[in-house]
Formats: sequence, structure tokens, C-alpha cells
Amino acid sequence: MATTILKKPSTFYEVFTRKPDADKINTHYCPGCGHGKLHKLIAEAIEDLGIQDRVIIINPVGCSVFLYYYFDTGHIQVAHGRAPAVATGIKRVHPHSIVISYQGDGDLAAIGGNEILHAANRGEHITVFFVNNAIYGMTGGQMAPTTLPGMKTTTTPRGRDIHNEGYPLKMAELIATLEAPVYVERVALTDAKNMAKARKAVRKAIQIQVEGKGFAFVEALSACPTGWGMNPPDAERWINEVMTKYFPLGVFKDISDKVEPVKFERKILTPEDIKKAIGIDGGEITQVKKYQRNTVAEKYKNPKIKIAGFGGQGILLLGLVLTQAGMLEEYHVSWLPSYGPEMRGGTANCHVNISETEIASPLVSIPTVLIVMNRPSLEKFERTVKPGGIIFYDNSLIDIEPSRKDVEVVAVPATKIADDLGSTKVANMVMIGAYIGYTGILTKESVFDALDMMVKRKEFNELNRRAVEAGMKFVM
Amino acid sequence: MQVTLQKAFVKIDKEQCKGCTLCIETCPVDVLKISDRFNSRGYHYTEYVGDGCTGCGVCFYACPEPGAITVYKRGAIVDEEVLSEA
Repeated sequence: MATTILKKPSTFYEVFTRKPDADKINTHYCPGCGHGKLHKLIAEAIEDLGIQDRVIIINPVGCSVFLYYYFDTGHIQVAHGRAPAVATGIKRVHPHSIVISYQGDGDLAAIGGNEILHAANRGEHITVFFVNNAIYGMTGGQMAPTTLPGMKTTTTPRGRDIHNEGYPLKMAELIATLEAPVYVERVALTDAKNMAKARKAVRKAIQIQVEGKGFAFVEALSACPTGWGMNPPDAERWINEVMTKYFPLGVFKDISDKVEPVKFERKILTPEDIKKAIGIDGGEITQVKKYQRNTVAEKYKNPKIKIAGFGGQGILLLGLVLTQAGMLEEYHVSWLPSYGPEMRGGTANCHVNISETEIASPLVSIPTVLIVMNRPSLEKFERTVKPGGIIFYDNSLIDIEPSRKDVEVVAVPATKIADDLGSTKVANMVMIGAYIGYTGILTKESVFDALDMMVKRKEFNELNRRAVEAGMKFVM
Repeated sequence: MQVTLQKAFVKIDKEQCKGCTLCIETCPVDVLKISDRFNSRGYHYTEYVGDGCTGCGVCFYACPEPGAITVYKRGAIVDEEVLSEA
């Protein structure tokens, strides 16, 4: 029975209440924009297939970023070009859902070129609608990977020069060469004949996912009258007469009647499943331990700490333990590592904030506490310490003394003390002990518990604890 | 009261029309025209000339706005009010 009334598909919201401006009836698209035409075809297909409550649309960056204003379905708005990656994740955890990635040419063919090729190559069970208008429409008509040779855009004012900017990417053809994609077609959102083909292609691309057959890709040549500086009918004529010469319409691949469908069961997670997944199997939540803070002298409160030394000295771990202990004492904390590619040798430093108030930036450029464990670090960072700040340095390794007179200086022979305890490796723990012992910023109890959480190799627990205590004893 | 339509017609919500004229361009029987008047947003909107619509629906698919055009085919069962607007 043919439909006797063609009206706004029920997949659209009746009123676009999510639109922030006063007009909640019309789309934000320019007159004659191809997006609206494709939206309508997709909305109609979703309605006719009866899958509205299963659809999740991945909103791209571009003019169609506001898909969630219009479609009464699930949505995620993602970073530029990353729609296929997010679609992959959604489909993998919700295989029963119908995941539609809707992307423009800047999004899909430029910044997201890698994402789409790999999603297609993996044969993800998603449907991708690729809107090709040969330019970056939202940002004002710059050259896109799909801009035609010789086409004038704001960034190719003399026309795209293939010797300078290369050739337009034919995404449908490219994707059709891959093994996994099931269905690849290019359509044009133009006259009645082409709209009928586009409508069929849209329905098929979604149907393939509903049937569990695999990756479907529809490229839609779409008018951008504003960006092209044409009136809408001329823009559509230009697609038919010019654009389709370079981007021919048609089916580039269709193995939908040959592939074995995958049956996706709806996954329903029980509370028990979730508890298991997040590691509280059995549902027991242990009582959160309360830690008592020390009374800290005003000048040592809210330290901005920089810790630096050779890679391999445990500089980052030193920072992590302080951060974790600070967290246990319910301070605001941050930890920001900075290191070279080497696992050993090289230099490492990290920035730690332990604060009574919210931390605006994890970056510590002017530390109030500098903990250095080698000479290059002392030389590099000494001058950055805030006047009135404090420097802890390992004087068993650093053969010079800090020259600053406007800061406190605490020399700790950390490596020597660690060696006497049995391993130079725990020099970082000696430094922690010296720092907390001297300033009282953290308690031994919270540092010990933080150590248990941060150090994977439990055989070092005992030695680490002794090292912290030795550091505390040295300064107190 | 519901009635069965004896002939097709097209309804255009002038406030949803942006005057792109794609529907006029595509109409095979040439029964849509641009109005002399404009809507609250300043667009000259499309109007149905009042007779001759075959209900083919190509204008519906040519229109980028979700709800600007509604096409009632012959045989459609509609509320009487809809007919009175035709």
C-alpha cells in the first residue's frame, strides 16, 4: 500500500526545542541546502524501517553538527573526523543499535580520512552518509579534498591547481576497493530522478545494517548554494552537469546478497554485570577511609611542586605518590609528567599541585617547591623557584649548591641514604620522606597507603616505607 | 469528520519555506509558483496555484525543510479541515 500523504517524517522532532534560537520550526540550513534533503531521506527511511528507538546518529563537525536538533534519535557529537571511530565503539558495545555516521567532506575526506578508511576496512557494521559539496561549507567555502580541479574557493582564488593542491579524492571509489565494505554508492541530491535513486540508496544502506550485513557507505553530492555563490536550482544543475563528470554516480560495490548476515542480540546489562565490569564484584563497596590532615605551616600550604631528575630515578613515581596521598587527604591534586622518549637516562620532570582549592592549571612554571635529583635539573630549574620557596636537592649526587639566597634550601643525601638501606632505587622515597617530614604537607599514613596503591611490585613495599621514614628522620 | 480526497493537492507552510524554489524547479506539472508576498522571515514563499497537482511527491523530496511541504495524494483520508485549507 503506497503512502498517500507525504509529510514531515516522525523521526524529526515536531518542534526543534533543542535549537537555542527563537525559530524552532525551521532548520538552521541555508535555502536550498542539500543537508535538508538528505536529512529527510534518512528520517523517512528510519520511520519506514521502524527502528527509530534503536538509531544512534554520530554528529560530525561541519554544518550538520546540529543533527541532534532535528532527529528524535540517539546522538553523540564527536570531534572533527572521528565519527567512524566513535561509531565503531558504539556499535561494538551496543550491537543491537543502528549506528549512522553522518559526515561532510572536510570531516570525512580530510581530517577524518584515516578514520573512515580503517572503519571501512574493518567492515564495521555501521552506515555512513558522506555529504560531498566540494568545499568546507560551514567555515566559508575553503578548498576541501573534494574540490574540483580549477574550482575557485576562498583558499584557491585562482582555482584548484592540481600541481599544487593535488586531485580531488574520490572517496566512494577508494572505499569500494577495500575488501570489507558491503555496499558503496554515490548519489546526487538534485532532480527528481536522482532523488529517487538517492532515496533508494539511503534505505538500502540502513537496511544492510539492520540485517547485520556490514559496512555501507553512501556518498551524496550535495548543493551548497551559499558557498558556491549560486541560486539553488543552478547549484543543483551544476552538480548534474559539472560535478558528476568528476564524481560519477552509481553503485561502486554491492555484495549485500552474498555476505553472511551477523545476528546481533540486544545486550542488556544487569546491575551485577556493571559491578563486575567496574571491579566491585559481589556488590560490596568498602568503607572509604578518612585521612587526618597535618596542620601545615602557612608557607608550605598549597605547594606547586616541580620534581626533576634523570629518567629512571623514579621522578614520575615520586610525583604520583605525592599526588595520590594528597588525594587521599582530600586535597585537590594534579600531576603532569614531562619526559623524553627514553625509558632510562634522559631527563624527566613532573609538575604536582596539592591544593585546598580547585586547580586552574596543572602546569607548574614557577614552583614553590623544587625537588631535584641531578645537577642538570638544579641548574635548569633553580632560577624558576618562587622567592620564599623551597629547594630539596640530593647532595649525594649534586656536587654544587643552590646559589639562591631568597629561598629555603634543604640538602638531602637521598641516594646515599637509599644505598645504605640496600638500594639506590629508593632515593625518590627518601626525598618524599624529607619533603613531607620537613613541611608536614602530607602524613606518613597517607603516603604509605598511596605507595601501596601506586607501586605494583609489592616486594618493594617494606623497603620503600623504610626509605620514606629515613628521609623523614633526616630532616626532623 | 474524515474525507477521502478525490484529487491530490500540495500544502505549503509558508513560514517553513525559505524560498529556494527547488520545488518549483522540479514540479513536472508546473503548479507551484513563488509568491509576491514574503513570510515573517523575509522569504518569498512557494504557493500552490490551486489546481493540477498530481500528487507525484517530487516537490516533497526536493524540499530541504522537514515540514514545509506536505503532499496529499488522491485517495488519502484526511480531516475535513485539511481539505478546507487546500
